[in-house]
Amino acid sequence: MTDTRYDRAPGDSSGFTELHEGTWSGVIVYTIGLVLAVILTAASFWVANTSLLWAPGIPLGLAVLAIAQMGIHLVFFLHITTGPDNTNNVLALAFGVLIVTVVVVGSVWIMFDLNDNMMPPELMNLHMQH
Amino acid sequence: MNIALAIDEVHREALPRASEAGPASKRIVVAYGFWIFLLSDIVMFAALFAAYAILVRATAGGPTGAQLFNQVNVAIETACLLASSYTCGLMSLAVNARRLATTYFFAVVTFALGAAFLALELREFADMIARGATPQRSAFLSAFFTLVGCHGLHVSAGLLWLLVMMAQVAIKGFRAAVQRRLLCFALFWHALDIIWVWLFTVVYLMGVHP
Repeated sequence: MTDTRYDRAPGDSSGFTELHEGTWSGVIVYTIGLVLAVILTAASFWVANTSLLWAPGIPLGLAVLAIAQMGIHLVFFLHITTGPDNTNNVLALAFGVLIVTVVVVGSVWIMFDLNDNMMPPELMNLHMQH
Repeated sequence: MNIALAIDEVHREALPRASEAGPASKRIVVAYGFWIFLLSDIVMFAALFAAYAILVRATAGGPTGAQLFNQVNVAIETACLLASSYTCGLMSLAVNARRLATTYFFAVVTFALGAAFLALELREFADMIARGATPQRSAFLSAFFTLVGCHGLHVSAGLLWLLVMMAQVAIKGFRAAVQRRLLCFALFWHALDIIWVWLFTVVYLMGVHP
């Protein structure tokens, strides 16, 4: 344990003074992250192309796999942890995720609602051509 | 009384409070500031993703994603960027251990993989434009080129940044300022890979499904 009370710099796997030792453990962490990311990526491509799964559920499954892979990247590549020396980094990240969710979900919700409720059918065909 | 709690309190008592210890080191402040910038950059990408999700069906009679996207190409691009993120992590370890030759080696590998990603993406764009799928063809294609092109622009900027950092390591060596910039570069490169995860999921994999 370090004797500092400061938060860790994002991207640092431990207090900076300890970074000079333990390069091998660092390599192992990155390698675990790589292996997990490759597995999740392969799963995503399989899910998108298989006919074994219930088709309407596939976009949701892909989203879940992407969220899982994002978590892998954050933990193993960016070294974001739940430890007390990471509070600031996690709080900033949580705020970012909140804004991203509001922007994406809000936009999609409002625009699809507008398309459904307010557009006359003849115009809707122009906008929603497949 | 809970013994674990008591030990925790003793341990905490021994450390001075943050307010007594003075400001955090420049490495922590700089990296945290860059972290905030990255999150705001991701918010910008969220707006582009939202626009794409809304416009994806608005093809105006032009080609759809299912007709345009080549999954093999996307898989190779994904592999390049993921491997480049991994070698970038190994480069950070070499930087922290102050190993010059290892740093250069992983920087070269990271650069080569990033450049391969960019070359594949540009070839894909050129191929689409040659088939008449230009940004002005439909709202779907405008949104596609804005979103994917913006990520490609970030990768280009990252490659340029990596070149500059290697020049700085060669001329200035591993001084504190250079190490801070390398930490920020690693954060940037890993964040680009996180954005690519969403890109290939939302644009390419969900796009091949009608």
